[in-house]
Amino acid sequence: MTDSTDPDGLAPIDLPIARECPFDPPAELGRIRDEHPICPLHYPDDHLGWLVSNYHLGRALLGDSRFSVRHPHLVIGDGYQNARLEDLVDREHPEMRVGNLLEVDPPEHVRLRRLQAGYFTVQRVAEYREDIEEIVSDRLDAFEAVGSPVDFVKEFAYPVPSLALCSMLGIPAEDRERFERPTAEVADFGTTADERIGPLRELFDYAKRVVDRKRARPTGDIISELIQGGQMTDDEIVGATSFIFSAGHETTATMFGFAAFALLSDRSRWEYLLANPERIDNAVEELLRYLTIFHVGAVPRTATEDLEFEGVRIKKGANVTVSLAGANRDPLQYPEPDVLDLDRDTGRHLAFGSGRHICLGQHLARLELQIGFRALTERFPTLRLAVGTDRVPMRPFDVGAYGVDSLPVEW
Amino acid sequence: MQIMADQDTCVGAGMCVLTAPDIFGQNESDGRVVLLVRTISEEARASAQDAVDSCPSGALTLVEPDPS
Repeated sequence: MTDSTDPDGLAPIDLPIARECPFDPPAELGRIRDEHPICPLHYPDDHLGWLVSNYHLGRALLGDSRFSVRHPHLVIGDGYQNARLEDLVDREHPEMRVGNLLEVDPPEHVRLRRLQAGYFTVQRVAEYREDIEEIVSDRLDAFEAVGSPVDFVKEFAYPVPSLALCSMLGIPAEDRERFERPTAEVADFGTTADERIGPLRELFDYAKRVVDRKRARPTGDIISELIQGGQMTDDEIVGATSFIFSAGHETTATMFGFAAFALLSDRSRWEYLLANPERIDNAVEELLRYLTIFHVGAVPRTATEDLEFEGVRIKKGANVTVSLAGANRDPLQYPEPDVLDLDRDTGRHLAFGSGRHICLGQHLARLELQIGFRALTERFPTLRLAVGTDRVPMRPFDVGAYGVDSLPVEW
Repeated sequence: MQIMADQDTCVGAGMCVLTAPDIFGQNESDGRVVLLVRTISEEARASAQDAVDSCPSGALTLVEPDPS
């Protein structure tokens, strides 16, 4: 037995986030996982919690109902600024906490998730296939119009999920900018609380205007139906809308860009997709596992009582961060985990999390990635990086979703 | 073998539908699991087990039928 207050226990570590190679989690994270898959973790605000970094424990923890998602201590960014932002929201913008699935526990979470989950089922999402194919096709036309080389991130990775979201939610395509920019600004942990509260509020106010518009004139989409269903409060609908805007595009966009980089950085990978189009769906799963864009882990979970988890005593209030990247590179779960093997049967990875907070939009993200890479390989089989792999600009490490900043490609 | 689904535990993730679409569907209104069959044939056993293991909320179980 170990305990965070036990002087004989392990010394707390700081979460390693600096990568030696853009595609691989820090080597130190692998050592921690293999030696101490549950280990005391020092958070930037000096909170003392835990890091869970292998697959078995990670999945168990995310499925453990004794943990809450409320009031997490973040593992990246400046501890003081993070705390100040939380405090600013609590004091001056409490309505922004309402309706966000990642900030509520049961029974509210169960109620809110069930009201929305019907719109994101495998079958329901499949109904958007043609819309997404058209959006992807339009973007590839734009590639040709712009001419080689293009920035894949600007011309494809962001527009595809954003325009798909606009189409699903029944809002004008020009509105893209209204949710893309504030989402990116909020996700930048290198800024101060005062710099982040503005875009957070801006995104929320935009969601509020959209909801007001739909209330006056319903358009048969998710938001309109949530309003008409009458089972969510006004604040909950605005919160849910704001959450869908931010979570619904940035993640998939980041994954598109990073996955394209991984595929084009080694010609044999791209050629595998060209030769095996029927394996693209599986290749997307392997890319999700291998890249795990939420490189710092899932939103920290808080112990709601003094408890014992897999032989470790965790005190009430202590945070536990599950390293999704550590879990998805666990050699006990995936043989040769650091190899991107597009042919491997990559089931049950944790790129979308696990447990009750597993990504609501995961099937939409999958579909967009599958359609996107299928169309890219069909129309641009000669696609390649326009700069050396060591010249591709990567995001800083203190972001929620890690990936490329831009990706110049040519054909 | 019988497949059992705990509706209170299910979060509507849909991993079962992705894994074994012949056995599982999702409720249109709240995304929760719908069993398309109750009894799992020998041939379908591996994919049913895969779905049980893939379920992020632990809502699915495979059980031997009650002999009585």
